[in-house]
Amino acid sequence: MCLGIPGCIVSIDNADDLVATVDVSGVRRQINISCVVDEAHPVESCVGDWVLVHVGFAMSRINEVEAAETLRLLRELGDLQAELENMQRPTDVVAAEEQGL
Amino acid sequence: MRYVDEFRDRAKADVLIKAIEQLLARMKRDETRPLQIMEVCGGHTHSIFRYGVEGMLPKSIELVHGPGCPVCVLPMGRVDDGVAIAERPEVIFATFGDAMRVPGSRKSLLQAKADGCDVRMVYSPMDALALARRNPEREVVFFGIGFETTMPSTALTVLQAEREGIENFSIFCNHITIVPTIKAILDSPDLRLDGFLGPGHVSMVIGDAPYEFIARYYKRPMVIAGFEPLDILQSIWMLLKQIDEGRCEIENQYTRVAAREGNSIALQAVARVYELREFFEWRGLGSIDHSGVKIRDAYGRFDAERKFAVPNARIADPKSCQCGEVLKGVIKPWQCKVFGRACTPETPLGALMVSSEGACAAYYQYGGVKRGRDEAEASVA
Repeated sequence: MCLGIPGCIVSIDNADDLVATVDVSGVRRQINISCVVDEAHPVESCVGDWVLVHVGFAMSRINEVEAAETLRLLRELGDLQAELENMQRPTDVVAAEEQGL
Repeated sequence: MRYVDEFRDRAKADVLIKAIEQLLARMKRDETRPLQIMEVCGGHTHSIFRYGVEGMLPKSIELVHGPGCPVCVLPMGRVDDGVAIAERPEVIFATFGDAMRVPGSRKSLLQAKADGCDVRMVYSPMDALALARRNPEREVVFFGIGFETTMPSTALTVLQAEREGIENFSIFCNHITIVPTIKAILDSPDLRLDGFLGPGHVSMVIGDAPYEFIARYYKRPMVIAGFEPLDILQSIWMLLKQIDEGRCEIENQYTRVAAREGNSIALQAVARVYELREFFEWRGLGSIDHSGVKIRDAYGRFDAERKFAVPNARIADPKSCQCGEVLKGVIKPWQCKVFGRACTPETPLGALMVSSEGACAAYYQYGGVKRGRDEAEASVA
């Protein structure tokens, strides 16, 4: 929850609600980017930016080199896998609902 | 155990450890006791154990593992209230996975789910809002926990629900704020701490300014730290340097993520949706003034406490627990009477055994039991 994971913004999905898709080590999911969009960083300029993602919200902009280093350390210790599984969880929720469970 | 050996930056760490040893050697200090440094944040506790940082440090530095694990400090009464909400047939109770195992006085959320309650693990409060959107006939309640790191996320989710006119969504708010708790620890008469590692991701939101009182009034240094082992070692070195030079300042080692001024957009969202509670109960520490937030009247319809008239249970911590003393650095986890016996990660009695970010669970998992017993035996012999 408090860990935070680096992701790269690959598309803006809803500019009004500030919803974007990030790629975290090959896993993609939608996040909210409200906290990293301001006058200096208008929403359309965010694609390609690396951000630190906490519980589905981009909370800070980081540089690519640091992002790669953080991902490497998380992978080394097995924390990355747990976080990626966590990030993909809502798909399961939807799937369960569609099956009427 | 998966640490130290796999830690490829060991060479860089050695350079920092050498610098720390050199500083210690020339420092004027009371050599009858170790320097006690508290890492406030549970994320740091997790990293410290995961990477074996304590084992790398000279014996004259002792890390005290602070209260910054929101799952650990969640009191039983609030879990009971959450379970009571989850037991309502119309409710889908959405929660971060971390909170599932926290024991209540009757049961945990995991047990409630096993007993037939509709409890769902989600990654983000926005996923809980999506559940509300897709299930208009149900009431979706999100279990809001965490410090300032996650507080903006639930505030922004409430604001999004308002924009969309979603009425079947609410937050059971258990968000807490770290600064009053640091103050409570500093005010405690048995305090011996020499300095603090500041919580990097809380600081990313609130900035440096809220900690100024620690340096100014309590004359203790703090270094806001990142979460990687080199961050932690460098921050300890920065703290020692302050102590050596007789300075007490709030320094920031983690500027690559945490700006001095914090994140103003996040703070605005928090201020719009939340206000301070008069007090909030912490497992292991008791009631602390102004240490929690609640949803403002203007957003009252998104407040699960109002919507469902929760019982507001107050359950005392088990008497045998010594979490409070561990949190303040008065005793080590393994010195607690129930550590590893009545209190284990499978059946936690106390707050600090609940999550891997809690000091006792970390000791237990990463070999601390053995170390603790060795040290206990050594002191007897």
